[in-house]
Amino acid sequence: MAKRGRLVVKKGETIAVRSSDDVVRARQAVRARAIEAGFGIVDQTKLVTAASEIARNTVDYGGGGTLLIEIVREGARRGVQLTFSDNGPGIADLKMAMTDGYTTGGGLGLGLSGAKRLSNEFSIESAPGKGTTVTLARWKL
Amino acid sequence: MAEIPVLKIGDCLLVSIQVDMHDRLAMELQDDLTNRIVSERARGVMIDISALEIVDSFIGRMLNNIAAMSRVLDAVTVVVGMRPAVAITLVELGLSLTGVQTALNVDKGLALIRKAIGGQEGALGRQEG
Repeated sequence: MAKRGRLVVKKGETIAVRSSDDVVRARQAVRARAIEAGFGIVDQTKLVTAASEIARNTVDYGGGGTLLIEIVREGARRGVQLTFSDNGPGIADLKMAMTDGYTTGGGLGLGLSGAKRLSNEFSIESAPGKGTTVTLARWKL
Repeated sequence: MAEIPVLKIGDCLLVSIQVDMHDRLAMELQDDLTNRIVSERARGVMIDISALEIVDSFIGRMLNNIAAMSRVLDAVTVVVGMRPAVAITLVELGLSLTGVQTALNVDKGLALIRKAIGGQEGALGRQEG
């Protein structure tokens, strides 16, 4: 997921996202990195909430996977980039999956669309049988 | 495993969530509270979330469900103590806690419950605001 001109300031940590306990651990790890990157309380809360939504999707729909947390720099700005990867069944209709209120799992259908709104950058790669990778970043404002 | 205590004060149940809840714990709290409303004949439920650092869509759904279940069991639910950063994030997430009454703190929450319970005495139905 390396982007041109983007430097990883600190070597990332990869954590397992396989259970609902892991979702809690992922939230705590993301919060620690957001504080390290100098985020204020609102930015921390938005990033951690976005992470919680995607981590839950990784567990519930992706059958478990991993989260890579990196502190990144681009020019003068610093941010935190999160990469969630799973080898689950993948998403057939990404456009539909990104729609507010659409769910296949009985939830509120706000996970993907809400996490996107809470991030400054958001991308998702998925295809049936190929798993899903969600990358999101939030910059320190 | 951690459990969230439910305290009974008069005809109200008070829950203060002090831990970073995983999803299963949230579901347990929802079930526990619903059962306690009936067994304790509670008329009000107050949920203090001042220690919660985030409310994501799952916890939001739990709060919505508790409010809806208490309503059909003739009790009033008030959520108190939401942090400002959590409120800002909830709105951007797209989660409107429709049906969940909120108050700034425990005092105001209790007053809201008293008003809601007192206001319906002798009435056949209840207007939901």
